[in-house]
Amino acid sequence: METVLLTIVLVLSIFLGFELISKVPSILHTPLMSGANAISGITVVGALYSAGGDNPFMATLLGVLAVAFATINVVGGYMVTDRMLSMFKKKGSK
Amino acid sequence: MGMITNYSYVVASILFILGLKMLGSAETARKGNMLSAAGMLIAVVFTLLDQGIVSYFWVFVGLLIGAGVGYYFAKTVEMTGMPELVALFNGFGGIASLLVGWAAVYEPNANTFLMSTVFLTVLVGGITFSGSLVAWGKLNGKIDGKPMVFDLQRAVNIAVLVAIAVCGLFFLNTDGGTSIWLLALILLALALGVLAVIPIGGADMPVVISLLNSYSGVAACAAGFAIGNNALIVAGSLVGASGIILTQIMCKAMNRSLSNVLFSGFGEVKQQKAIEGEVKPVSAEDAYYILEASDSVVIVPGYGMAVAQAQHAVKELTELMEENGTEVSFAIHPVAGRMPGHMNVLLAEADVPYDQLVEMDEINPRMETVDTVIVIGANDVVNPSATNDEDSPIYGMPVIEVTKATTVIVLKRSMASGFSGVDNPLFFEENARMLFGDAKESVGQLVREFV
Repeated sequence: METVLLTIVLVLSIFLGFELISKVPSILHTPLMSGANAISGITVVGALYSAGGDNPFMATLLGVLAVAFATINVVGGYMVTDRMLSMFKKKGSK
Repeated sequence: MGMITNYSYVVASILFILGLKMLGSAETARKGNMLSAAGMLIAVVFTLLDQGIVSYFWVFVGLLIGAGVGYYFAKTVEMTGMPELVALFNGFGGIASLLVGWAAVYEPNANTFLMSTVFLTVLVGGITFSGSLVAWGKLNGKIDGKPMVFDLQRAVNIAVLVAIAVCGLFFLNTDGGTSIWLLALILLALALGVLAVIPIGGADMPVVISLLNSYSGVAACAAGFAIGNNALIVAGSLVGASGIILTQIMCKAMNRSLSNVLFSGFGEVKQQKAIEGEVKPVSAEDAYYILEASDSVVIVPGYGMAVAQAQHAVKELTELMEENGTEVSFAIHPVAGRMPGHMNVLLAEADVPYDQLVEMDEINPRMETVDTVIVIGANDVVNPSATNDEDSPIYGMPVIEVTKATTVIVLKRSMASGFSGVDNPLFFEENARMLFGDAKESVGQLVREFV
């Protein structure tokens, strides 16, 4: 049953993703991509359970590495996206 | 996972979705990104408070290292280097998912379903990681940008795929822990990532990074199935969809199918129509007179402009022309720059307001009303052979139809051909004028003429 629920979540999210992203204008495609990068850093949540849970040493080690890599994505991705978006200005608003 | 943690993931997912929705307009995009970041923070904080987390030391070591490295990258990257950074981040996303999948084999109740999701996670994560590193190397010149093709390439690829299938079957029958089959799978996935990206040329990297962006989402999604976590599935599929859409847009803008980009280097150059006519060079002074007398000017920038670091000088020139009463806009081809939307970021960095940037489809129908087009560092995206020479390798690619304007001034270093190695008949057109020299210097000369 749980697998079915997860699959429903998957299918709905894919459709939602297509709807949302196709509305993003091309001038914002680079920030969209780096922002999406940051979102894919959500893996950090799974990594935290491996790193901090009551697990064998090997799982903890893999988890810590995964936490580090995913956090680079999250922190770096959101920050660089913000840096880019802060440069987009409308005419006359200096 | 506790109930409260699960609800925090629902909140995080809502914030991701709202954030992406707000990325739909330049006015709300920055807020949207913050909203998305807030969602991530909520998910991380509630996970840390979950009863499933029992020791914090190593968790914080990982978080601090990651945050430090991420901060450093975000602060130091040049805007011209964004494609490399995104490629690298795609890779990090892939390896993180791979590691999470790997760690999941230590679950006490590992069953076939779990093992098959781990299989998928490791496969996609590994391909994303090594493929992204190759793309990163090609983009920053550490690896030769030319398509790397060798004999038996197809046979090697098939052998790797077969080996993956075999190791996968054995792996599904193990009962958890790091088996030799799992290690073999990881190595094979990494090899496949390298094999998939080396035959693709530097000019096609925008497609590759978009696709790898999608893969990094798919990997996160697969990891979500492995550990039964909704947040990973929702966020991962949003990213997966986003990457696929960008990949499609890039392919369409180059008039090539995805399989054509992935499986064959850029087509051989056939004998093209002989180009007739002569090149008409123009001095900066004469170019100034043309611009001075124009009511409307459209600037078509290409990556060459960024290489020459000419964008700030271009911005200065734009202001002077506007003071002179000329209407100036920028026409941006979807593949201008080295990743989707790259040129817009480069111009935004030079303080060009975004409402002055016009997409190709918008400018082409009214090109006939434009007095002067200035082409700076762009070549293939303004090549008329794409519309009128069926033998041209880029025939069918949508281009900015600059020849319809009254006059075209092309800033160019020399007569060399563009990224794709295709000759450009534009330079021989009746209404084309060539302003030879370094883009930055030429624009500087024009600026001095105006002042």
